[in-house]
Amino acid sequence: MLELKNIHKTFNLGTINEKKALCGIDLHLKEGDFVTVIGGNGAGKSTMLNAITGVWPVDEGTISIDGVNVTAVTEHKRAEFIGRVFQDPMMGTAANMEITENLALAYRRGERRTLKWGVTKAERVHYREELKKLGLGLEDRMSVKVGLLSGGQRQALTLLMATLRKPKLLLLDEHTAALDPATAQKVLELTDSIVEENRLTTLMITHNMTDAINHGNRILMMHAGNIILDISGEEKKNLKKSDLLQKFAELAGVQEETDSVLLS
Amino acid sequence: MALLGYFSSLNPLNLLASLPGNIAQGVIWGIMALGVFITFRLLDFADLTVDGSFATGGAVTVVLILAGVPAPLALAASVAAGMLSGLVTGLLHTLLGIPGILAGILTQISLWSANLLVLSGANRAVNVDNYKLIVSLRNVNSAIITATVIVAALISILYWYFGTEQGSAIRATGSNPHMSKAQGINIDSMKILALCLSNALVALSGGLMSQYQGFADIKMGQGSIVVGLAAVIIGEVLGEALFRKRMNFWLRLVFVVLGGVIYYLVIGVVMWLRMPTDLLKLLTAAIVAIFLAVPYLRAKAKSSFALAGKRGAQKDA
Ligand SMILES: Nc1ncnc2c1ncn2[C@@H]1O[C@H](COP(=O)(O)OP(=O)(O)OP(=O)(O)O)[C@@H](O)[C@H]1O
Ligand SMILES: [Mg+2]
Repeated sequence: MLELKNIHKTFNLGTINEKKALCGIDLHLKEGDFVTVIGGNGAGKSTMLNAITGVWPVDEGTISIDGVNVTAVTEHKRAEFIGRVFQDPMMGTAANMEITENLALAYRRGERRTLKWGVTKAERVHYREELKKLGLGLEDRMSVKVGLLSGGQRQALTLLMATLRKPKLLLLDEHTAALDPATAQKVLELTDSIVEENRLTTLMITHNMTDAINHGNRILMMHAGNIILDISGEEKKNLKKSDLLQKFAELAGVQEETDSVLLS
Repeated sequence: MALLGYFSSLNPLNLLASLPGNIAQGVIWGIMALGVFITFRLLDFADLTVDGSFATGGAVTVVLILAGVPAPLALAASVAAGMLSGLVTGLLHTLLGIPGILAGILTQISLWSANLLVLSGANRAVNVDNYKLIVSLRNVNSAIITATVIVAALISILYWYFGTEQGSAIRATGSNPHMSKAQGINIDSMKILALCLSNALVALSGGLMSQYQGFADIKMGQGSIVVGLAAVIIGEVLGEALFRKRMNFWLRLVFVVLGGVIYYLVIGVVMWLRMPTDLLKLLTAAIVAIFLAVPYLRAKAKSSFALAGKRGAQKDA
């Protein structure tokens, strides 16, 4: 479903701030894979997601989604294939538009914006059903401006928006990091159920090792712009946090104490 | 004694007589304010092109009417010229990466030259006796009615447009560009579209204004961004006060135009009081600054460092 071949990205090339953020990433995701991604600050996790979504062109390598080479495709055109939830709950929704309007914008992801009416009656019914599934009571507040919702509610809504029109790829960048533990748990459960129901191919970045172990069928660890660990199947199921920390120490060559600070 | 003389010299009938003219001007400027509303409020883009495109609208209209083109067609040409101005600002900003305010200023400055060329001078008059004009201060009542009908049509069109997929995409771009891109919206195109639409309205307003006053002048657009902002803000404050939560998009548009009318009524009173007209722009700028500052200061009054310090000191004492 997703194929990254030898992706390189260096920021501020030729200046004193030069930073090699991705050093030849190779990654192949099968349809329906739910992959969690861990790694210390600055490891290149977000940069990898940004490369996939096309925030900027990569320096080297190719990116294909479902067999289509999108390396040269701009961000808003790639959006047709990709659903995204950001770390910052403010990023994923338009604050001064209504819940319904936000959903309607997402429902047209990848389509030309025509002079047809922005939200139809039939859509409203559909959105109400979908909002009900979130279990947050948002179906009764559909004409409320999104800016009035809490961070958790906005994140749940963004998740719904990202998947309302089934994406080929769902990208989650620490989408629960800004939420309190209980809300984070709730949003994670929602994520699981939505991913499962739609059989979505998913990449989820998290700083929480336990979450990374408990969710998905495959786990990646990144360090200094490389994927240094890739575990799936039975081995992933039996993985423990201590195993991960130890592996990280071996592969990244960093002391275990600093790792636990970076990763847990 | 001098004060008494001043007040007794003010004739309320004069004020009354001047009001219709101010209303007509207010409605015409209201169209300009609708344009400013689109960029400033919906797109979140402070577009300074308008000072130029307002005069462009006036210049194109007058010159074409003088050349024998029927007034409605001349207005249509102004609208096209306005769109072109917006397009230039849009391309400077999106294609060439020039910051929004600067892009607007650059277009505005170039339009100054363009307008001088169009007018072949600093101003051109068009006499309502010799040409069939859509509005004229010679017949203020009919001007008010005509301008109001045009405004009603424009508000209906805008209400419809911003409810469509495309209009929603423009609003989304103004509200959250990150989200818009993630939802597959080409935010550059949306910005250009909105700038074209906005400046089309501004030029239309300029075209009507030049007919109303009977001439186009190179300076007629100077400071119009501030007048437009004043109308938008006065309208918003009034609308919020009257309708509070029931303010919907339709009412917001109506109140933008009402804001223009109120602005010109205030100007009428100021003139009637024989305050020096040189100070008008200063007064307008002060009004806009105050209204833009009020929401900020209000929020600050609730939570400021000084207050926090005081509360801390009280606790300690
Ligand atoms: N747009 C950019 N311009 C310059 N440098 C960047 C940019 N984006 C990322 N970087 C740099 O690239 C490196 C990788 O950053 P990235 O955001 O991918 O880390 P991350 O793994 O997501 O870390 P975190 O867990 O802190 O989010 C960092 O050194 C960062 O400073
Ligand atoms: Mg990150």
